[in-house]
Amino acid sequence: MTNFPIIAVQSLIVKRGKVTVLDIDRLDIVPGRTLALIGPNGAGKSTLLLTLAGLLPATSGGLFFHAKPIGDRSSLDMLRRNVAVVFQEPLLINDTVYKNVALGLKFRHMDARQTAERVEEAMTNFGIAHLAKRSAKTLSGGEAKRVSLARAFAISPGVILLDESFNSLDPPTRETIIDDLQKTLQKTKVTAILAQHDREETLRLANDVAVMKEGRIVQAGTAAEVFNQPADEFVAGFVGADTILEGLVMKSIAGLMEIGVNGHIIEASGNYPQGTKVHCCLRPEHITVTRAVTGKTSARNIFDARVEKIVRQAYFYKLILDCGFRIGAYITLPSFEEMDIREGSLLKASFKATAVHVIKSGA
Amino acid sequence: MDIFLQGIIKAIELLITFDTEVLGITWLSLKISGTATFISLFIGVSIGTAVALNDFFGKRVVISIINTGMGLPPVVVGLFVTMMIWRSGPFGFLEILYTPYAMIIAQAIIATPIVMGISLAAIQNLPPNLRLQMLTLGASRLQMVWVLVKESRLPLLAAVMAGFGGVISEVGASIMVGGNIKGYSRVLTTATVMETGKGNFDIAIALSIILLLLAFIINFMLTQIQQRQRPQ
Repeated sequence: MTNFPIIAVQSLIVKRGKVTVLDIDRLDIVPGRTLALIGPNGAGKSTLLLTLAGLLPATSGGLFFHAKPIGDRSSLDMLRRNVAVVFQEPLLINDTVYKNVALGLKFRHMDARQTAERVEEAMTNFGIAHLAKRSAKTLSGGEAKRVSLARAFAISPGVILLDESFNSLDPPTRETIIDDLQKTLQKTKVTAILAQHDREETLRLANDVAVMKEGRIVQAGTAAEVFNQPADEFVAGFVGADTILEGLVMKSIAGLMEIGVNGHIIEASGNYPQGTKVHCCLRPEHITVTRAVTGKTSARNIFDARVEKIVRQAYFYKLILDCGFRIGAYITLPSFEEMDIREGSLLKASFKATAVHVIKSGA
Repeated sequence: MDIFLQGIIKAIELLITFDTEVLGITWLSLKISGTATFISLFIGVSIGTAVALNDFFGKRVVISIINTGMGLPPVVVGLFVTMMIWRSGPFGFLEILYTPYAMIIAQAIIATPIVMGISLAAIQNLPPNLRLQMLTLGASRLQMVWVLVKESRLPLLAAVMAGFGGVISEVGASIMVGGNIKGYSRVLTTATVMETGKGNFDIAIALSIILLLLAFIINFMLTQIQQRQRPQ
């Protein structure tokens, strides 16, 4: 398969009134891959999806589908027939599940036999074949979401766009639907673009990530690149490096730096020269918390830490630790109980030099 | 109380004896109001949907005019239609004054804004993204509009009921443009007015009961359809 972009965006500007809501310099959608657009509310994720679907006209710039410019009526129709959108709400019509899934095919005047084949396959992929004759209005939120996904996949789109599709679902339902979506994406190899809030879902579903802020893409790359090497403080904060410390490079030798942070020294991998002002980003899952350091450890950074705050989360606790600078760390429920951690407890926090992602200040 | 009792007895008598004059009047009422409602449905739904789905300068003013039209006084419509089709009026050459055709036109003018206003509100009340969803599923504009109208079928049935209810029970316009001519343009409401004026309360009550029954039966049937369509 060629890596020629299925959708390409060049110098795209979308305005609402006089306000620029989207300003994308360049974005290439690679066929067969899943791209997640992440960013805070109002970053322009949904606007970009609507523009890519040909539902929102661009004020200027170019949108290309298979290298063909999109602009006139016929090219817009061609784009819309090749792109499926799954909105946040299921938007089902007042008819049976089968007829809902078959709707896109009916618009294409597909014959009954082919329609039945496509609909059955899509319903099976999303585990709703047994609901075929049910009225769509009697479905639960999760079932309705499955129907809307099956309806989008039934038309065999070139690209599928999902706009924060799982927001309103409860966690177990969400989990199983994402699982089915993941399998269907792998099986069908359909190119997908998701507007996402959730970090974990992004990592599960996306090959590539584009981080958006105020209508612009501030960083784009593979999921690993964006999550592990955020380009700036904003991206770092958004992708979950919730400890971001200001520091100054004190020493830099052979790929290892000593960074002064609030009177303490943090060792980190990198090559910024001495005297560079930097931000050290740490992810809570990269920090190990113990009562005492026993035996050998490969962690180059070990600090005394006092527990400032304990936040109970679904499957673990998050500890806010004061090490002379404040960091966040995760600990599993059994470890938390075993170590009898309370607010004010004194612990050791350790992390490797490679766990510290260093960004040059003002980058 | 005698007067009511006599009226009810007379009504039952007229009904069970299949009085030809009453049957004729009833049938004509149904034909005229049914045709007018059908015409108003066609025009009202089309324009109501078009206004709901398109953004244009002055849209709010247009919606306000439609909503005002929902309460159009039948006598004003009667006056307007009479003037239009008066011998010396712009459509006088049609020579339809004091005919059932004139009554259909007047009743359609009364019912159209009712149907239009309800359809407009019904389409506007659909989820805003439903329209975009249909387009991204590959619907042409016509297919998209058809789906939206189908999705609004419950309020549209309400529009039919309101439109039909409005015209079958109006008297002002019908008497002005139809003339209440026996066996030709006499309908239940105009006949009731005439019999009341003559002091024939028994026949007037009988006609009123038939009118009420008719309105009830039509609305009952439409309600049955509406409730069957409703999501459980």
